[in-house]
Amino acid sequence: MSNQQPKKLRTDLNPSRLLTFKINDQDVSAREDESILAIARQNDITIPTLCHLDGLSERGACRICIVEIKGSVKLLPACVTLPRQDMEVITHSERVICYRKKILELIFTERNHVCSVCVSNGHCELQNLAVELGVSHVRYNYLYPRHGVDASHSRFSVDHNRCVLCLRCVRVCDEIEGAHTWDLMGRGITSRVITDLNQPWGTSETCTGCGKCVQVCPTGALSEKGKSVAEMIKRRQFLPYLQMMRGRHEEPWQK
Amino acid sequence: MTLNIEDLHQIANIEKDRIEGFQHRINVCVAAGCLSCGSNILKESLEKEVSRRGIDNWCKVRGVGCLGLCKAGPLIAMETSGTYYQGVTVADVTDILDSLGGSPVSRLVCPSDAPFFRRQSRLVSENCGRIDPERIEEYIAEGGYEGLYLALTEMTRQEVIEQVTTSGLRGRGGAGFPTGLKWRTVSKTTDVVKFVICNADEGDPGAFMDRSVLESDPHRVIEGMAVAGYATGASQGFIYVRAEYPLAVKRLRLALSQAERLGLLGNNIFNTTFSFNVKVRLGAGAFVCGEETALIASIEGRMGRPRPKPPFPAEYGLWEHPTLINNVETFATIPLIIRKGGAWLAGIGTEKSKGTKVFALAGRIVNTGLIEIPMGTSLRDIVFDIGGGIPDGKRFKAVQTGGPSGGCIPEQFLDMPVDYESLVQVGSIMGSGGMIVMDESSCMVDVARFFMEFCMSESCGKCVPCRVGTRQIHDLLCKITANQATPADLAMLEDLCDLMKNTSLCGLGQSAPNPVLTTLNYFRDEYLSHIHDKCCLAGACKPLKEVP
Amino acid sequence: MAKIGLATTWLDGCSGCHMSLLDIDELLIDLAGKVDLLFSPLVDRKTFPDHADVTLVEGAVSSENDVKNILTIRERSGILVSFGDCAITANVPAMRNRFPVDDVLRRGYLETADSFQSEPTAIPSKNVEASFSGIPHLCRMARPIHEFVPVDIVLPGCPPPPAAILYLVSELLAGRIPDMKNRTRFGA
Repeated sequence: MSNQQPKKLRTDLNPSRLLTFKINDQDVSAREDESILAIARQNDITIPTLCHLDGLSERGACRICIVEIKGSVKLLPACVTLPRQDMEVITHSERVICYRKKILELIFTERNHVCSVCVSNGHCELQNLAVELGVSHVRYNYLYPRHGVDASHSRFSVDHNRCVLCLRCVRVCDEIEGAHTWDLMGRGITSRVITDLNQPWGTSETCTGCGKCVQVCPTGALSEKGKSVAEMIKRRQFLPYLQMMRGRHEEPWQK
Repeated sequence: MTLNIEDLHQIANIEKDRIEGFQHRINVCVAAGCLSCGSNILKESLEKEVSRRGIDNWCKVRGVGCLGLCKAGPLIAMETSGTYYQGVTVADVTDILDSLGGSPVSRLVCPSDAPFFRRQSRLVSENCGRIDPERIEEYIAEGGYEGLYLALTEMTRQEVIEQVTTSGLRGRGGAGFPTGLKWRTVSKTTDVVKFVICNADEGDPGAFMDRSVLESDPHRVIEGMAVAGYATGASQGFIYVRAEYPLAVKRLRLALSQAERLGLLGNNIFNTTFSFNVKVRLGAGAFVCGEETALIASIEGRMGRPRPKPPFPAEYGLWEHPTLINNVETFATIPLIIRKGGAWLAGIGTEKSKGTKVFALAGRIVNTGLIEIPMGTSLRDIVFDIGGGIPDGKRFKAVQTGGPSGGCIPEQFLDMPVDYESLVQVGSIMGSGGMIVMDESSCMVDVARFFMEFCMSESCGKCVPCRVGTRQIHDLLCKITANQATPADLAMLEDLCDLMKNTSLCGLGQSAPNPVLTTLNYFRDEYLSHIHDKCCLAGACKPLKEVP
Repeated sequence: MAKIGLATTWLDGCSGCHMSLLDIDELLIDLAGKVDLLFSPLVDRKTFPDHADVTLVEGAVSSENDVKNILTIRERSGILVSFGDCAITANVPAMRNRFPVDDVLRRGYLETADSFQSEPTAIPSKNVEASFSGIPHLCRMARPIHEFVPVDIVLPGCPPPPAAILYLVSELLAGRIPDMKNRTRFGA
């Protein structure tokens, strides 16, 4: 026991190595700490995502980015799965596409997504995913839950009916702004994002009013006040920039 | 204070002499089941009566752990004569004390030669019902902490792991991962800080094995953890126990302080360089915290939500350090493996499933309670022989194993041996050991609905397939039991089960459809009858519920 | 090319999808030569024909009358098209689903009515719906058409763009089942 040196696990025990594997029969190379999603994007292979956002920590929660890996029965999320040497990844098999569609449909049933009256109509990642994946109607029953709108903040509002629980707001507030105003309460289908201790956003003492949460929100759940239908265009350019300046990502080519 | 083996033996001998000094010993079960029907009051009045009669120098009333047959509580065991009394009340106290030395009180006798007792082989629960869980001395008198002494003083870490590997022990928490392999993996990591966690977040409906072990013999778990700490190179342990088990928590904390007092935990245990401490952490009632990564998050003070694996906790666990997580029963088996050798345990059970397993029998069965049987015992033996069959002359329909992650096993598999592989083959899992027996009056769709409701309210909500899928499946099952479903709903049900199984993040979501899938597989006619004939074959569902 | 018998109808919708249909402008004249418009809010006929080759249904299923109608329409239609978001997702009509029917009616017809002249006490305290006699009974929730009957083609959009509608009809005229991918979307 005593002769062991303190070591940092990932770097010393498994020194970073390069490896090659296949995505859709295309040979690609990767550093072993890069996700399959990152490698796919470097090689112009599109894998749809929802909870993932460049510059934020990964959650692997929305399951939209699932891919098939030869030899593995389960489908794995590309955003949190690391490649292995000679792995064969398939990003667009019929099976994968079918599951992605179903997952997206489940998201649509969960809350009340009414595109036609939404501030983000036309600029919404959820809507875009429906187009991309060819979801033209939802086969599951809509749940029509009763959720509220919190417009107590002077500049922003949150409409829980449009929230997909990707927790980008929670992550950007905690990881980038450092305020940790947003968090999650409840569990399962009753989960909900909250500000501070589940109090109106306008009364939050930790919120700096920076608006990063609004900009990273994929749907119209978080929006700027004064925007009407289809007027809310999110600006996310700040995020990779901030990340790069803070040196969180060691290398620029990781973007 | 540090002990050596002589001290340990001395404690044991003093305790043995003390106990044997009493000609009559009345063991009253004070585990949760019997407590709930008043065994503490019974014990008090027995004690009072004993001292009133002035016979307390030769008659001892002891509180002991679980005697097993929970349905017949409060149970007491007359240690000298070996007689069991069942359903004892305060009114029976005089009769029992009058009978000491004479013939037993026949109206209370619980036949201890019944298959329920005879067919069991109690290893993990060997001390349950025999020792006072609140006295470390009694555990030591039964050979307790000798295993730890042996491991620390006569075995290397490698040898300990080899014994565990040889024993063929597999994780008793449900998945059945080889314990030796897990220990080896953690021992191979090079971090100086490692942790051992005991998963006592037993949450399956109808399961109370871990609870009983913790309430009846807490030191056994602590000893197992200390051995694991030695073998893997960890010096800090955590027991994550659900707050709904206040008695287990109380006895664990007491046991920990006793072990610390004797130097069986702390620094330089048995004068070796090995130091080990254990802390209790309480879970706040989330089923998903039984999943190891969620459990770790909870101990760290974060929200109890699973994260994707790999990396596995063995490499990247509590506070990012290598962490060994085993279930209560797994740790409780360890002291025996060390004392008697891995090969001894490997001699019990089947080829791939070694040793014994504790099961909690519940539902429509005569002998509700806790049993320990060798792996490979058939379901028929468990239900009809040990369990005493189905009450009220009803017909057996199915047995549910593995809780919400398991499946319902129908009659045709009754002769199947109970081991990890066989259960998986029929669509269920070993799980932590809950067995819920159902008779002909249970509607299997309703059973599936019950488990799905459980999963829905226990889903953490992190990944979409589980968060929304459990709700959608639950709604569909409600619709079916209310006779309002169409064949298209059945197709959608199967579709959603398949989706959850293949795309959920953690074990909870991946296995949540199992009760639905197995009932669909074996009891499809009950679903079809609800859908086509608008009636419940079992007559259990009343179509009154309004479906949203 | 044989003429196809076309029917269009609306359930709980705003008629916007029909406006979009009219928005194909002069091409309507071409279209008129290729289809027989058997039934539509745009024509006079009061009962749904015994058979229509293609039926475009706008709007969500919201009242008991809608349920009855959609069942008849399905029975008498060859190809049933869910026409617009309300038919496909229940869309705006579904925004009432979060509230009890009574509250919805009270809000919509009493509390917010400009011309409501009576004393405030005249607002019935309970069972508002009972005081609306003669209109179809509202279901607890507005729901998409495909939850009631099988739908052959979905045409999303609020409203679907005229070009998408034209494409759909032209493909059907050519005897093909149109693939609407990338031509329209929810909320378009």
